[in-house]
Amino acid sequence: MLVNPVGLSDSSCLLRNEWVCWEYVQTRGDELRQMTGQHLYITAVSILLAFVVSLPLALLVRRWAPLEGPVLGTSTMLYTIPSLALFALLQPLTGLTIETVIIGITTYSLVILVRTNLTALRSVPADAVEAARGMGYDAGRMLLRVELPLALPTIFAGLRLATVSAVALTTVGAIIGFGGLGNAIYRGYRSNFKAEVLTASVLCVALAIVADLLLIALQRRLTPWRRRAG
Amino acid sequence: MDWLTGAWGWLTDSANWSGPEGIASRLWEHTYISGIALLVAALIALPIGLWLGHIGRGGGLAINISNIGRAIPTFAVLVLLVLPLGLERRTLATILALILFALPPLLTNAYVGMREVDRDTVEAARGMGMTARQLVTGVEIPLATPVLMNGVRIAAVQVVATATIAAIVAGPGLGRIITAGFGLQDQDEIVAGAILVAAYALVVEALFGLLQRVLDPRERARKRGRRTGFDPAVGAVTDSRSSG
Repeated sequence: MLVNPVGLSDSSCLLRNEWVCWEYVQTRGDELRQMTGQHLYITAVSILLAFVVSLPLALLVRRWAPLEGPVLGTSTMLYTIPSLALFALLQPLTGLTIETVIIGITTYSLVILVRTNLTALRSVPADAVEAARGMGYDAGRMLLRVELPLALPTIFAGLRLATVSAVALTTVGAIIGFGGLGNAIYRGYRSNFKAEVLTASVLCVALAIVADLLLIALQRRLTPWRRRAG
Repeated sequence: MDWLTGAWGWLTDSANWSGPEGIASRLWEHTYISGIALLVAALIALPIGLWLGHIGRGGGLAINISNIGRAIPTFAVLVLLVLPLGLERRTLATILALILFALPPLLTNAYVGMREVDRDTVEAARGMGMTARQLVTGVEIPLATPVLMNGVRIAAVQVVATATIAAIVAGPGLGRIITAGFGLQDQDEIVAGAILVAAYALVVEALFGLLQRVLDPRERARKRGRRTGFDPAVGAVTDSRSSG
């Protein structure tokens, strides 16, 4: 039996080490918020970085076909490497820092986004491009006004996939001390603290779902013409 | 590049290959738990996925299970299984987690593979008087094989990656070399373990990619056709990698 250190009542779920424990959420709220914040930060920065890099890369591959083999081959290879190994390989270069985790997650997200963005750009109907060209659109306007808007549904499908995966993957960052909610899961495992493990795990899944719903909402805002079509 | 030469030194030191915590036994552990998990998951998921695909029901479940699977962190599931089962049963906990994460890609791809079989072909086979059993085993399953095997490949890579993460909760396998390196703050061991894990995953990916091509009936038909100068599969060959 544990010694009761801080005068918790005997009925305390903390003392009885229960899986579901509201008292834990109440007493460690600050900690949970901080770890959730780190989790969101790592995921958001990684997805943004990956998206900003993936779009020009997809355009380049579309423009210059010989690049497709090497780019997609390299990305499949990187995606195959397990996250623990990727963090371990990056860590001699960037140390036990948050950057190591961000670079790792960015790499996986980039792999997903290059593929989906390329598919998205290629899914634009040739008729629409022809029509715009006939109306005198130059390459830049064509991209911004015709191709990207029509590619948005597939671009968002990729973003949702990458984001949900990134939220889950961030937990592995706990091995170098920057795993957001993964840190709580890891610490809970080491000290056999059930409520900490379950609460952080549930929060992690909730984060993924909320991020997914936000992206769906954003997509609806950005593609109003599809709403009318039902 | 000191860290690379250090890792190379660690990998080529024969002392690191032997013993219960040596590379050889970790390799075996990794293969053993991954193999069992993939086999059990395939035995559960493939019949269900093929059957749902055949009758054309349960598509929502078969597709969504993959999306749900992606949202659940493997690390969390590993800890949630190891804590109640106890550290002495962590191998069992690891295998259970591996099975759970192998199910979604197998189920989804088996279902999609069956659904994507050309309906005209099925109708033609039925018109030729094939029984339901002949239709499933002789037409639908062979034509679903490329997509199905894509699911097996994805599941295999998933299992190998999850088995690596199991090392964080003291599970067996190659990941233990990385976590042991982190514990000892031994840079050479961390990088050496990572190289081993990455190489292992790439080999598994390549082997299952090869298996996928070998088992593709259209690929085989094309090879036969090439020999006789006749290609029966022109037009039938589409990008089998599109789903997944």
